[in-house]
Amino acid sequence: MTTPLEKSDGAPVPETDPAPIKERIHIKVCGVGGAGCNAAGFIAQDKLDPADVLLLNTDAQALAAFPLPGKLVLGLKRARGLGTGGDPELGRAAAEDDAARLRSFCEGADIIFILAGLGGGTGTGAAPVLARIARESGALVLALATLPFDFEGGRRQRQAAAGLHHLKAAADAVICLPNQKLFKLLDEKTSVLETFKISNSLMAGGLRGIGRLLTQTGLINIDFADLCSVTRGRHVASAFATAEAGGEKRGEQVIEKILNHPLLDCGQVLNESDAVLVSLVGGPDLTMNEVHKVMEPLQRQCENAHLIFGAVIDGAFTGQLSVTLIASRHGAAESAPPDAASCVPTAPSGDMQFLDPAAASRPACRFVAPAPEMSNEKKEQLYTRQTGRSGKRNTRLQKELPLEIVFKGRFDKSEPTIRHGEDLDLPTYIRRGVALN
Amino acid sequence: MFDSSPIIVGLEIGTSKICAVVGEVNAGNGLNIIGIGQARSRGVRKGEIAEPALAEEDVRNAVVEAEQMANVEIRSVYLGVTGNHIRGFSNHGVHPVVSADREITEEDVQDVVKNAKAINLPIENSVIHAIRQHFQVDAQTGILNPVGMFGAKVEVDVHVIHGRVNRLKNSIAVVKGLQLEVEEIVFNGLASSLSLLSNEQKELGSLVIDIGGGTTDFAVYADGIIKHTGVLAVGGDHISNDLAYGLKVPLGRAEQLKVDHGSAVLEPDVKGRSIDLPGQLGLPFKSINLEHLRRIMALRLEEIFELIEREISHLGWLERLRAGVFLCGGGARIPQIQSLAENIFQLPSFLGKTSSISGLKSALDQPEFATAIGLVRFGFLQQKRKPAGGLTRAVGQTLAEIFKR
Repeated sequence: MTTPLEKSDGAPVPETDPAPIKERIHIKVCGVGGAGCNAAGFIAQDKLDPADVLLLNTDAQALAAFPLPGKLVLGLKRARGLGTGGDPELGRAAAEDDAARLRSFCEGADIIFILAGLGGGTGTGAAPVLARIARESGALVLALATLPFDFEGGRRQRQAAAGLHHLKAAADAVICLPNQKLFKLLDEKTSVLETFKISNSLMAGGLRGIGRLLTQTGLINIDFADLCSVTRGRHVASAFATAEAGGEKRGEQVIEKILNHPLLDCGQVLNESDAVLVSLVGGPDLTMNEVHKVMEPLQRQCENAHLIFGAVIDGAFTGQLSVTLIASRHGAAESAPPDAASCVPTAPSGDMQFLDPAAASRPACRFVAPAPEMSNEKKEQLYTRQTGRSGKRNTRLQKELPLEIVFKGRFDKSEPTIRHGEDLDLPTYIRRGVALN
Repeated sequence: MFDSSPIIVGLEIGTSKICAVVGEVNAGNGLNIIGIGQARSRGVRKGEIAEPALAEEDVRNAVVEAEQMANVEIRSVYLGVTGNHIRGFSNHGVHPVVSADREITEEDVQDVVKNAKAINLPIENSVIHAIRQHFQVDAQTGILNPVGMFGAKVEVDVHVIHGRVNRLKNSIAVVKGLQLEVEEIVFNGLASSLSLLSNEQKELGSLVIDIGGGTTDFAVYADGIIKHTGVLAVGGDHISNDLAYGLKVPLGRAEQLKVDHGSAVLEPDVKGRSIDLPGQLGLPFKSINLEHLRRIMALRLEEIFELIEREISHLGWLERLRAGVFLCGGGARIPQIQSLAENIFQLPSFLGKTSSISGLKSALDQPEFATAIGLVRFGFLQQKRKPAGGLTRAVGQTLAEIFKR
């Protein structure tokens, strides 16, 4: 009773009125390590409040190159601002030293994007720590991580894999961008500089798309909860892709781009995914036909997936069409054990020899702990979901398949000849039950 | 100007073989077959192109062989098409005669045919043939040309053969890829019937069954016109496949067994007999039960005929077939297939012989060439009709003849 009275007394009625219903979502972006800072710097160029961007690095010199206000040199005492030398444990320890400052940055944010390049010291070590801190402060944590090129060597790959595992355990969602996949986008003349620019812009594109999806109210709205339902609790990394096109045939062009997107393995990822979130952004001239043109092939591509669809109308996108797609799948049960097995032995033996045993024993309990906690909460839910799904599949299969499966020989791959409900490609004597003895 | 007669080429891209037949219009305005080329087909499944690159190569071989034999250069072909997607059905058109004196004019006839052709096809289908059948003026049926007659209402039946555009385009693209023009596409079943049936047989009523490698095409004639057509995407390949599966032999061997020991009818004297296959080149010695072979084959052929019989009798045409059943295609070579057809259709059955065409005796007698020869005949009939189509067309054709030389 008191609040409405207060409201009517207060001057800015129109402002306060919608506020309790839908607050503006507060997004913060945090770049960790060299690659992460580059990407975050790239993103900071567009309309983002500079206060919401924080660059973290252990290398003070690299950090100084960015003309942004929000910068923090991690672990000054430990690394003396000289970087980690590719040691994730040092990166992790540096981040833990500055946990209080990170916590204060994370305060008040609804969503925190963490950008990191995995494989090195700072990104690999500090990103999971930051993710955990951010999550503890009550924000949804989305991590966008790049994985090293194949040529960067086995050690970095292993470190990246271990880091990814920790990051997945700590963050709500991890979206991976294996740099190796960039090769599909490059031609022979692409310079190194451009390559990293592409990597950054892909990250930025993904972030922008997700940001748009969350902040703008759509005609067919996708919200926070939808994004969570796709990304949360799925331990296999989500893949994302964005595509834009303009002009007459934008519907066809956009879907073609999406289906041939290197980050989706040319559509392969879509086939395997369990949940797919699609957000369309178009101008006021967006036609239903275009929406159909985009969604129809997607629907076909990911038949078994839970498809969430949203559309946003934005005046700035007149004549344009942009699609952001996030695909993820379950599979925590199959993939987690080998992951854990591969990262636990390598981490102590390779990287922690220089650290004291107390520190060595710590990461194991710290980072492994969230995983069982997750699964305890979600296990039954996931179980019922998975069994429910497989049960559905089984009944459908049984309807389609005959009791006896006969190899159709040379007609195996051609369209079956069906007459009066019988598949004539199968030998007649089998269909009529004539026994050859 | 017309000293060298125009050639007409029929090209059939079949599942087991590709066949090009060259015909020439002789001085007496008859059709003369002067060349045949054939090649083993590898890129075709169930009558439709499965691997365009292979099919193109095979078509080239067949066309080159035909060119060499006939000593002509082939520029354009009449292309035979088939496949599971092709359907034939009859449609009925009605048109009221509007003129005051109720005399039926040429326009009325055109209108009624247009009405009959206006059918509701799925968007991805297109009409291959729309064959005009008998007219009906008021209650008077069986009229061939109603122009000049009197009546209040004129009706016509049109038999429409249609298929999926994209699949038809596949075979057209293969031919076009070889820089050959496609004059027209023709349904294989229609072509076969053109080469086999005489006018009398059409009048009496006949059923033509072309058992090919991948499909079985059939056409029903009664009262001199085509009444029904259809495709069953089951053919000789299926027999080989059944044998390979049932006798557990490789596909190539099954094919050979079918040719050497096959029969359409299971006779009692094969019981207990077996065939010994000598071991050769990696294939071990094997003994095959002849009874099983014949049974598998007979059941499959029986089924093909039964399916056709069911379709035709359902439409009520079976009682109208007084001339009988005519068999052609590679499947017509199976021993005793005639007696099987006689049993199932309860009609006299014959192996089709190409009639009213002169030329290479060796080609005319073979049932496999019926379709390709029929394509040539179709082209011949079309070209006879064409000059009447209009002056511009005739002039255009004459010009084309000039440039061909």
